[in-house]
Amino acid sequence: MAENKYIGKSTVRIDGKVKVSGAAEFIDDLDFGPDLLFAAIVESKFAHAVINSIDTCEAGKIPGVVKIVTGKDFPFRFGLYMHDRFIFAQDRVRFVGEQIGAVIARDAATALKAAKLVKVEYTELPAILNVEQALAKDAYLIHPELCHYKHVPWFFPKGDTNIAHIRKVRKGDVAKAFKEADFVFEDTYTVPRYAHCAIELHGAVGLYDNSDRLTVWTASQSPYTQRNLFAEALAPLGLSHKDIRVITPFIGGGFGGKAGVSMEILGAALATAVKGRPVKVLWSRRQEFYNTYQRQGLTARIKVGLKKDGTIVAMDNILNWDAGAYVEYGANVVNAAGLSASGPYNIPNVSIDSVCIYTNLPPGGPYRGFGYSEFLFGLESHLNEIAKKMNIDPVELRRKNAIREGDILNYGGKMNANGLLEAIAKVAKEIEWGKKEISSNPNKAIGKGIALFWKAPAMPPNASSSAFLKFNEDGSINILISGMEIGQGLLTAMAQIAAEVLTVPPEKIRVETPDTDRNPYEWQTVGSHVTWGCGRAVESAAIDAREQIFDIVERALGKSRKSLYLENEFVKSHDDKTFMLPLREFIIAGIQKPDGSYRGGPILGRGMFMPEFTSALSDPETSQGGHPNVHYTVGASAIKIEVDRQTGKVKIPKVVLAVDVGKAINPDLIRGQITGGLLQGIATVLYEDMRFNEKGKLINANFTDYKIPTSMDIPDEIIPILIEVPQPDGPSGARGVGEHTMIPCAPMIANAVDDALGIRIKSMPITAEKIAMATRSNDPGQ
Amino acid sequence: MKQEIKFNLNAEAIVLEVSPNELLLEVLRDKLGVKSPKCGCDKGDCGTCTVMINGKTIRSCLVLAIEVDGREVVTLEGLMGSGLTPLQKSFIEHNSFQCGFCTPGMILSATELLAKNSKPEKNEIQEALSGNLCRCTGYTPIIDAITDLTK
Repeated sequence: MAENKYIGKSTVRIDGKVKVSGAAEFIDDLDFGPDLLFAAIVESKFAHAVINSIDTCEAGKIPGVVKIVTGKDFPFRFGLYMHDRFIFAQDRVRFVGEQIGAVIARDAATALKAAKLVKVEYTELPAILNVEQALAKDAYLIHPELCHYKHVPWFFPKGDTNIAHIRKVRKGDVAKAFKEADFVFEDTYTVPRYAHCAIELHGAVGLYDNSDRLTVWTASQSPYTQRNLFAEALAPLGLSHKDIRVITPFIGGGFGGKAGVSMEILGAALATAVKGRPVKVLWSRRQEFYNTYQRQGLTARIKVGLKKDGTIVAMDNILNWDAGAYVEYGANVVNAAGLSASGPYNIPNVSIDSVCIYTNLPPGGPYRGFGYSEFLFGLESHLNEIAKKMNIDPVELRRKNAIREGDILNYGGKMNANGLLEAIAKVAKEIEWGKKEISSNPNKAIGKGIALFWKAPAMPPNASSSAFLKFNEDGSINILISGMEIGQGLLTAMAQIAAEVLTVPPEKIRVETPDTDRNPYEWQTVGSHVTWGCGRAVESAAIDAREQIFDIVERALGKSRKSLYLENEFVKSHDDKTFMLPLREFIIAGIQKPDGSYRGGPILGRGMFMPEFTSALSDPETSQGGHPNVHYTVGASAIKIEVDRQTGKVKIPKVVLAVDVGKAINPDLIRGQITGGLLQGIATVLYEDMRFNEKGKLINANFTDYKIPTSMDIPDEIIPILIEVPQPDGPSGARGVGEHTMIPCAPMIANAVDDALGIRIKSMPITAEKIAMATRSNDPGQ
Repeated sequence: MKQEIKFNLNAEAIVLEVSPNELLLEVLRDKLGVKSPKCGCDKGDCGTCTVMINGKTIRSCLVLAIEVDGREVVTLEGLMGSGLTPLQKSFIEHNSFQCGFCTPGMILSATELLAKNSKPEKNEIQEALSGNLCRCTGYTPIIDAITDLTK
């Protein structure tokens, strides 16, 4: 195989100039003219209450108010994987901040003022604020109609309970294996809720014009999924998919928070209430925290059985997820985590119950890592505790049990080719594992921690990607996809993939953000799958274009198709070394024959990819029989920390992350994912934390009280390591990597804290305060 | 009661009537169409609305428009004369952005730093950027882009 010219090179981003110049337009930068209306939301004051009445009289009297809508105007259910939501609350509210109605006005200030005048009378119901309350006998039902909800076939709701779904895994003979194990260790680990904190706020603008066409501009990772859900939710109004258009300009960060449909449904629905005029809904930073998606909380009971030599023979995990008031997306996080909650290990006997539990807290949903960060905190912490008790080196314990190609996964499929052992070896070497370091300052303790990670994209079996590739007169190219540029560099990676096939350099290729009228289908940009899936679609569109090129040259010039190849934007022939036809001369105009007629026409490549080997159908009691995951990306990460014994404050001199990317399409962009993902992960361990009061209200819904990292909070040194064990069905062997970089942070820091101070903290976040308190209670001298 | 203000915006003389409670950020974006300063939090925490007033960076969501009367306001749009500045080019070379939302504010803060101190140490760069939040990059590539210019 010839050496790659564009793939594997750290090409400068094709969206560099538009972003550093300020020319990049985000949802709130678009201009909609003087006719634009603004909506403000009437929000629930209570975590759980019946709505008795809504009085809009006073609000309606404010000059400038155009329309007020409430639940009765949109009595339609919707949801991505389960239809458990309404556009506005109907008879009941289920979390503080839930939308009850909207005031649409000439300007934002008027809308906000009037929304405060809408009077809602409630009867409070018992608020269920944690999983224990939700699972209690005779617990109040948050969704009494649960068993009637429409949902995907791989969900198993339990009617007359607060359990929306249980993913059960049963592999091997767990009871027997525990009986035969030499050691059994059991413990419980907890993870609170977290916020995505993309710096750009969510926003949507809808226009239902007088020709009955609905256009919605959204800050979104999922334009096609949004169009589909808008069409479904608003079908009673007579809207068809072809009449709905979703346009997604650049988005200011997503991290899963802008996947699926959350507040964007309001842009679509409200537009239908003020036909002919655009209406904007823009979230405030407060709303951003409590009414989009939150990362779900987890209580994980983990039980591991081992042989004397450290071989893990059995695992039994119960994951209870605080999934919030609506689980239309979050239940699939629970599902995906359940399938993989044994971690990247080869364990013959596994039992997992991953339980999706309704609570009266804001809806849970996708967040970078999709459940894996949460369960791996417990599992990877627990393995270190086990190693300590069994007197085995924690790296050795992991190496011994690491999953290898061909090992049987929890659902019966086989593990893909991977470089996990190489990753373990490389991070251990880089962090100088085994070398105990002592600080010159007696007040500081140095510790090292390691954690492995894995993650598969969580996709429906028919999630697909497609691409159009158009040549222009000068030989430049426009690629149309609906994979979303969310900061990761997708546009550049796609240009590189097409460049490799067509020998046109990436700087001559333009790839832009989606418009569903123009760009072909993409399921969603989530799950670290677009480099892989959308990449395959782009690759196949480029091959399609190349075949059209060869076809024209053969028909017009009689060159044998088999002899033709592309090089540096020319068509060349192995049979005729003098033949060199520049692409730009014919890819639109065609090739002229001696009689003056032309052959050819505009080259338009088409590509599509669907992972046809996957299936979500399996036995609900065991998960055996299906093939839900396309592949796993694996890796290892290690950290060196310096902890202040008095204050508990953690400094990070060094962190290393090795990930098997299959093939690095653009190594610098992947290193960017590692640097950014690590800091996002580190923040969830050291200080980020959502705090709710006793009434279920989020009390730190701003950046003053919910701290995200600044430039002062970065590790001193970050070492990214890329491993390339090819993914056979990936473009040039590539697989996804975006989410994985934050997954190992929590357990590796927990393990490093234990290494430094001998204290095991089993609940996130691991704040300085928690470390200081634990140090004191550990120290008999204090 | 509306009030007339006069100020320079990116070297252009502006005369405008504003209400005393209008924020500079709103006036720049909604009345003058200058979109590089963005709203990320509305309370001075995130730094995406950063602009320069008389050469010093400031959060335009915390400044009333009437306060810039008689002053000079520069946004990212005003930094570029005939093309990208060396700092912007360095941002491209070092992948110092991902989604690009914080980038205009980040570049203004870095520009201010380099105007005051052409050879900043790493900790001085970190300090200068500490009011501009970035959720994507982990900051290191941004620091690299600035450091590279000081060599």
